Amino acid sequence: MTRRPKKPQAERDIDENLRRVYQRVVEEEVPDRFTHLLEQLRQQEQDQDPEPEA
Amino acid sequence: MKPALATSDPRDEIITCLPQMRAFALSLTRNPSAADDLVQDTIVKAWKNFDRFEDGTNLQAWLFTILRNTFYSDLRKTKRERDGTELQLSEVSFGDPSQQDHIAVMDFEKALGMLPTEQREALVLVGASGLTYEDAARTCGVAIGTIKSRINRARARLSELLGYDEVHRQQER
Repeated sequence: MTRRPKKPQAERDIDENLRRVYQRVVEEEVPDRFTHLLEQLRQQEQDQDPEPEA
Repeated sequence: MKPALATSDPRDEIITCLPQMRAFALSLTRNPSAADDLVQDTIVKAWKNFDRFEDGTNLQAWLFTILRNTFYSDLRKTKRERDGTELQLSEVSFGDPSQQDHIAVMDFEKALGMLPTEQREALVLVGASGLTYEDAARTCGVAIGTIKSRINRARARLSELLGYDEVHRQQER
């Protein structure tokens, strides 16, 4: 029997579970508070440091 | 001074990293609302310090570094305020230590939560977020070898908590 060395089963189970747990959050919709926050930060900056429109 | 040729703001890319930042934050805090507060603080810091980001390097890793530093500095502050002692990173975990030794098989997430945070973050950064060992090491401010050994310890502990070793020994019979 010639088999490629594989990761031990326990290690594969851990990796799979880990990705499943993590991916579940990654796939959630990003809450609006964050897009609003980024808009706010940009707005604050433009108010402080107005640049001429191109 | 801003470079005259800049046509797009690299800060626009922050938004594309948000799903990953939320997942990493949750893996640290184990609490969804604390995780999102941490992401919020990270966005504000990243925005204000964006001149320190080096173009061409991994933005996600840079944001993870800020997120992580914010997490630990908040923890340190809480601990100092609570009991006047300094935080040892290896002590940080969210499981109940008295429960750790006699539970043979448990839910993966619960087991993950019982790892010391420095082990959990190493495992999550490399095993789930897709950072290279090098970027993970830079994010945590340690050597690559340290990341590898934390991951090995994390895997060993998880196998033990989850009873994986036992299950697989039985399957192989």
